[in-house]
Amino acid sequence: MRFFIIIFLFISSFSFSAENIELSKAPVDLTDNQSLQRGARTFTNYCLNCHSAKYMRYSNLQDIGLSAETIKNDLLFTGNKIGDTMSVNMSMKDSKKWFGASPPDLSVVARSRGADWIYSYMRGFYRDPTRPMGWNNTVYVNSAMPHILWELEGEKILNPKTKKLEKFSSGKLNAKEYDATIADLTNYLVYMSEPDQLKRKKMGYYVIGFLLLLLFLTINLKKEYWRDIK
Amino acid sequence: MKKNSKTQNKSVGLIGWVDERFPLSSFIKNHLTEYYAPKNFNFWYFFGALALFTFVMQILTGIFLTMYYKPDAAQAFASVEFIMRDVSFGWLIRYMHSTGASLFFVVIYLHMFRGLMYGSYKKPRELLWLFGVAIFLLLMAESFFGYLLPWGQMSYWGAQVIVNLFATIPFIGPDLAEWVRGDYLVSDATLNRFFAFHVIALPLALAGLIMCHLVALHEVGSNNPDGIEIKDTKDKKTGIPLDGIPFHPYYTVKDLTGLTVFLIVFASIIFFAPEMGGYFLEANNFVPADPLVTPSHIAPTWYFTPFYSILRAVPPILGSQFPGVAAMGLSVLIFFFVPWLDKSKVRSIRYKGILYKKWLAAFVVSFIILGYLGTVPSNIWGQFSSIIPLLGGVDVATFVARIFTLVYFAFFIMMPIYSKKDVTKKVPKRVTM
Amino acid sequence: MAKSSKKIDLKRRKFLLAATSATGAVGVCALGVPFVSSMSPSEKAKAAGAPVTFDVTQVSNGELKTAEWRGQPVWVLNRTEKMLSSLDDKEILTDPDSNSPQQPKNCQNATRSIKPNLLVMVGICTHLGCSPSPKLKDGGDMGNNWEGGFFCPCHGSKFDLAGRVYKGSPAPTNLVIPPYRYSDDKTIIIGESDSEKG
Repeated sequence: MRFFIIIFLFISSFSFSAENIELSKAPVDLTDNQSLQRGARTFTNYCLNCHSAKYMRYSNLQDIGLSAETIKNDLLFTGNKIGDTMSVNMSMKDSKKWFGASPPDLSVVARSRGADWIYSYMRGFYRDPTRPMGWNNTVYVNSAMPHILWELEGEKILNPKTKKLEKFSSGKLNAKEYDATIADLTNYLVYMSEPDQLKRKKMGYYVIGFLLLLLFLTINLKKEYWRDIK
Repeated sequence: MKKNSKTQNKSVGLIGWVDERFPLSSFIKNHLTEYYAPKNFNFWYFFGALALFTFVMQILTGIFLTMYYKPDAAQAFASVEFIMRDVSFGWLIRYMHSTGASLFFVVIYLHMFRGLMYGSYKKPRELLWLFGVAIFLLLMAESFFGYLLPWGQMSYWGAQVIVNLFATIPFIGPDLAEWVRGDYLVSDATLNRFFAFHVIALPLALAGLIMCHLVALHEVGSNNPDGIEIKDTKDKKTGIPLDGIPFHPYYTVKDLTGLTVFLIVFASIIFFAPEMGGYFLEANNFVPADPLVTPSHIAPTWYFTPFYSILRAVPPILGSQFPGVAAMGLSVLIFFFVPWLDKSKVRSIRYKGILYKKWLAAFVVSFIILGYLGTVPSNIWGQFSSIIPLLGGVDVATFVARIFTLVYFAFFIMMPIYSKKDVTKKVPKRVTM
Repeated sequence: MAKSSKKIDLKRRKFLLAATSATGAVGVCALGVPFVSSMSPSEKAKAAGAPVTFDVTQVSNGELKTAEWRGQPVWVLNRTEKMLSSLDDKEILTDPDSNSPQQPKNCQNATRSIKPNLLVMVGICTHLGCSPSPKLKDGGDMGNNWEGGFFCPCHGSKFDLAGRVYKGSPAPTNLVIPPYRYSDDKTIIIGESDSEKG
């Protein structure tokens, strides 16, 4: 056995080294309907111009406290019905021509990238004249996506010495407000990646509670029968 | 229920009518109320019943998923999201299936470990063990085929890599891989045929083998933690083994308790952590399959990783990856030979000597470490510096995997030697509770 | 087993067995709910079956146009005075007063419609689900007694211009009037009734 202990000590002395970028923790709270609604508005106003969420139905937004009327009037774009999915009119071919890559569908992006990644990514844009769109990103280097929310955030530049982002010009929102907007957006994307997840957890408590009751009964039943066995 | 066993007479009424035409009562007797199982089963004996339960659940949830899933490269990913969002309770059924797949392997691994501990493969249970290993093999194939179906990046590239393993077989390899795929790369054709295997061919074969496994079990009788043959000590009058108790009701109520505990674990995962930290459902599988972009790190699902580690650990010989593939295949197939490798006079680990205990522990440790290493990139622990002769520039993780691959195989290959040399204890006549 | 020194408490055993079985049965039923429920129409099917709006001004007098709702043909027929007068002949009908619930409450009247002239009706035969052919004009290939109506080619069921079934037809009941409402004078919404306007 000593052999294994030595091996363990030996291998544990090597630390995990990957080209990981430090991500900021996204303040996700799926019970906060106000935040989810703000996120939904940001999403439909900005993201949905280029990205689709083709597995998400507008009508699902009723789960986060929006009425059918509000969805119809504020969030739906021309020609869409409330039961429709969040498709996008831009064709894949056009977008590939414009951006060099097709904007991915965002229905489940929070499950593939994770909330922290999205939260950090949307706060990691900076001006970079060498890029075709004039924008680069610290989280996803050489991302093809331009900074859609720059009018809100303002512009940032990367200080080549400190490798940190610095403010270049102001936008409509101050840094705190912008972070809050992105937090709401991230929150919404997490919700959208699995709209039933709150329901799932709620159901879980009932199911486990029921199973514990069943366990209590089966344990007693087993004990009762096994009194026969010496 | 207890009265049934006493009324040997012909049954009347509906059951009597059925019995004249179908062996219903005698079946219940032979396999439940008068199947005598050793009375000293411990919790390790839950996992057989749990495996059967999981199999049934997979079939049931699978049927309902099939109602909405579309085995078409253009629609597969979308149809899974359709199930997750638009189908009423589709998310629950899908999570039951995906969690069930992983838990099936947890249960099967524990079931197999039980067999190794208590010598459940030894005479007269060799065939029972062989059926079991065959079930394990088919289960691996079943889950491999099923894993392609969501058509995410991990599905796609996992299938691509595993099918390409066949391509390393000398001479026929490349043609074989192409034949398996039905195309020059994993494509719609591959998805469609994997679907056929996953939903009908393999489940049918599995059901048949599981039945053989159970028939063989009830023919030879259950082993027990003491490894004592309870049929050797029977009541002189009744002919019932003194250490045996009817499966029903005693083990049905006991298994029910075990099942409930299992369900609590099952439900906890389904409702609170269906992705299980990326081990049951991987993040990259939420990106639709893209034949042009390989994810930076691909690993098989966790239950294949010990074998995958062995594959990576074996260095290529003369530029061919085949030795690794062969080693991986052997690491699974070698389980078939266990009944004839174990030369010990006793079955159970309780009466085996320290040698077997040490070897079994070493095997379990290597299985777990190989399993872990299979989930991470081989450069995870960095490389040996060039100061160390011979090893300079070698990935540390690869080196460790090689050592544990040797331990893994040594457990089997050395078994005839250490199991013979081992100093066993005397086995009592009757089981201990 | 009978050798056991302690007496078996049969009452307790029975009670536990019943309690466990009952609880287990509840569990199995509860487990059945998601499976059964999964087979009902999905959100996608519901969205596709959502109410449809239809501009009734496009149907001129005496004309029939077909809308599609839940994949079924829905006829919109603008009946002339003459057509309406043919509805008075009740002798030949099985259910002239529309007593069987084949229409919303507000259409259980002589014309089976909200506005007398405008008939909105599901064009599916109540016999075995074929779509009857509109034979709106009297006479013709339907014989001299025909006052205009619908004829199902599958098994020969006949209906009048309010979709009421003729006596002796294989179809048991009148044709179905779907729920609909007028959102304004020109537009109807099929699939939505006045009580549940969204």
